[in-house]
Amino acid sequence: MEAVLQSMNLKEKVLLALKEVKDPEIPSVSILDLGMVEDVLETDGSVVIKALPTFIGCPALHIIERDIKKAASEVAGANEVKVDFVFSPSWTTDRITEEGKIRLKEFGIAPPPANHVMGEPWSIDCPYCGSSYVTMENIFGPAACRSILYCKSCKNPFEAMKPVADMN
Amino acid sequence: MNKAMNEQEQSALIELIYQLGDDDFILAYRGSEWLGLAPHIEEDVAFSSISQDMMGHATMYYHLLEELGEGDADGLAHLRKPGAFRNAILLEKVNGSGTYLEKPDYDWAFTVVRNYFYAVHKQIRLESLRLSTYEPLGDAARKIMTEQYYHLMHWELWFKQLVTSTDVAKKRMLSAVGKVWKDFGGVLTLGPSYSEMVKAGFIEDENLLKKRWLNRIDRIFEETGVPPQGEPLIESGNGRKGEHTQDLADALATLSEVYATNPASGW
Repeated sequence: MEAVLQSMNLKEKVLLALKEVKDPEIPSVSILDLGMVEDVLETDGSVVIKALPTFIGCPALHIIERDIKKAASEVAGANEVKVDFVFSPSWTTDRITEEGKIRLKEFGIAPPPANHVMGEPWSIDCPYCGSSYVTMENIFGPAACRSILYCKSCKNPFEAMKPVADMN
Repeated sequence: MNKAMNEQEQSALIELIYQLGDDDFILAYRGSEWLGLAPHIEEDVAFSSISQDMMGHATMYYHLLEELGEGDADGLAHLRKPGAFRNAILLEKVNGSGTYLEKPDYDWAFTVVRNYFYAVHKQIRLESLRLSTYEPLGDAARKIMTEQYYHLMHWELWFKQLVTSTDVAKKRMLSAVGKVWKDFGGVLTLGPSYSEMVKAGFIEDENLLKKRWLNRIDRIFEETGVPPQGEPLIESGNGRKGEHTQDLADALATLSEVYATNPASGW
């Protein structure tokens, strides 16, 4: 491990550290797996992390910003760390990795559909039993990014990530 | 933007962003006052989520203003006098009599109509803004559109359901449409410096946006049997000129009460 770490450049080390930064409302998924990190720029030990906000009004963003700073600052060689939230490109649910989708499911959240087109219907499978026999109770949920559903097969309530796609 | 803005263009841009931010800000506040009072629990969850999103949109606009040298975003939200706000008067009006703490007698029909008409306009405005010559504004618009999509869907559903429901519901909805119509002209206008905004390509002509709005509303009216309302008016004054009602002053006093006790502290 030591040798591997030594062969990594600062950017790679920072990315590795960011793997440990989680969304406080979904503690099983890292911000890398949520697709929130657009880029890590590094010049002479000063690091700028370009992050994409998921939902703009999400109160977790401030906590995520603090946690990114903390994690990156602990990387040897990173003297100065700045987090820039940028809006271009837009964050979409297609940025969530396959690993992220598995972790969401583990947490009881159905992952968003792939290649969703806004305005078109989408299907959601129960994260517990996999059934698609589910009803949408509320498209808005306890967090800005989630909807509330009910599985008619295993009779569990669950949440699903709202699909977000670019509208260009 | 390829070339630097001149002073006149910059001040028109700032005016425009104040309008966009203040519209979302004050309507989000009015929405938040419904928390715990909405018709049913699922609506409470949905409406507060929408209000939270909209407050986020306002914050985004205030950050753009911060970058343009207008001062700190939190201060812009909490410390400005009512006369410095540029929101349309319709959006600042109280939800009904009473306050959320004492005898709230809020009008759900008015809330649905106001939010639905505003969401339609916001959609049309964002579609224009995403092609703005001021790139940060275009980026913000594209981002906001992904969230606004769900808001519009939500209010459209409420509007259609209630206006085609029982006689009582229909009567209340039509009276709310009449009330909102009297001031919706104030939402549709871009204010005194609108020609500079348009010339610089920050947004399209207000008449064009208004026509698109009317077309869409006309279609919904036709579909749901609401009689045509004619030209939307600006009866209570023009918020784009800094004209406002006591409702705004009261709302600002309430929402900034804690912040104003110590603006230097972090909230």
